[in-house]
Amino acid sequence: MCTYQTEKLNLTGSGKGAQGWFCLTDASVYFDHPVHASAEHTLNLDFLNPALGPTARVAVELDRKSALALSDAIRAILDATEIPT
Amino acid sequence: MKDDIRAETIRIAGSGQDQIEAYLAQPLDAGRYGGVVVIHHMPGYDEWSKEVTRKFATHGYLAICPNLYFREAPGASSDDAAATVRALGGVPDERLVGDVGGARNHLISLLSSNGKVGTIGYCSGGRQSFLAACSLPLEAAVICYGAFIVGNPPEGAPVKMTSLVHLAEQLGCPVLGLFGAEDQHPSPEQTAELGKVLADHGKDFEFHTYPGAGHAFFATDRPSFRPEAAKEGWEEIWEFLGRRLAG
Repeated sequence: MCTYQTEKLNLTGSGKGAQGWFCLTDASVYFDHPVHASAEHTLNLDFLNPALGPTARVAVELDRKSALALSDAIRAILDATEIPT
Repeated sequence: MKDDIRAETIRIAGSGQDQIEAYLAQPLDAGRYGGVVVIHHMPGYDEWSKEVTRKFATHGYLAICPNLYFREAPGASSDDAAATVRALGGVPDERLVGDVGGARNHLISLLSSNGKVGTIGYCSGGRQSFLAACSLPLEAAVICYGAFIVGNPPEGAPVKMTSLVHLAEQLGCPVLGLFGAEDQHPSPEQTAELGKVLADHGKDFEFHTYPGAGHAFFATDRPSFRPEAAKEGWEEIWEFLGRRLAG
C-alpha cells in the first residue's frame, strides 16, 4: 500500500460489518494496493467506527472506472432527491 | 527431510517490554542456524508474510515475523489491523526498532541459534529493515522496495514516516537492496540517491533493480507479482544471507 494518499472524513450513518450493523463515525478514502481485488491499485473505502475497534470496518475496493461511476451515481441520486433542510 | 520445519505463533517482548505476537518458524533438524527477522509489509501480518517466514525456515534459517500492528489491533484480521494502523499514521520508528530488537533477541536466545541475525523487510518493512540496520546489532539487512528511506511521503499522506538518510552513517551491517524499475515508491532515482549516500559513507551494499517489475514484485498473492524478478531476487537473498549468516 504505497501511494500513501488518503482522504479522511467524519460521517454519520450505519454500516454492516462482520459482526452486524454498527454506527459509522469515520471514513478513509485512498487509492492504493487492494487486499482482495485483482488490480494493482484500487480506490479503497473504509467505513469505520474506531471507538468500537479495528473490526468495526466496512471495506470496499473498486477499480478506477467503477469508483468514478459510483461517485457520479451518488451525486445524481442526491441531486434528484434533494430535500430542503 | 532438510526442509521439515516447525511454525507457530508465540509472544515475545517487544519495544518497552510489551508482549507482542510473532510468528516463529525453525528447521527441525538439529544444528546451529542463522536468524532472520521478517518485517512484514504495510498490508500487515498476513498470510503471505507467514509464508515468507516459513520459506526462510525451509532454507535453514530461524525466522520470526513480529506482528507490528498487534498493539492497535490484537486478534483482528490482518486487513482490519492494517487499515487501523494506516489511519493512525503507521508504526512509530522508535517502537519498530524495539520490536525488531525484541525479535532479534528471541532468535539469539534459541538453543539452535548460531548468534547471527539479519533482517528482511518488504514495502514499508523495507524502510524499517534499513532503520533496524542503522539502530541494532545485525549481521545483514535486506531491503525489498522500501520507500522513504530517501525522500518523504507526499503532503497529506497519513503515514508519519520520514527520510532515514541522516542515519546512513550508523549503518552497521551489509545491505542487499532489491527494487523494481517501474516502482515510484521508491523510484529508481531515489534508489540511486540512496546508493550514492551509502557509497559516500563507505558502506557495504549491493542493489539490484529489475526491469518490468514494480512495487511488491515478490508478493505472490497480488497482481504486482513478477515471477522472473522474484526468482532472481530470491537467489540474491540466499546468496547474500548465506555469506553473512552462515555458521
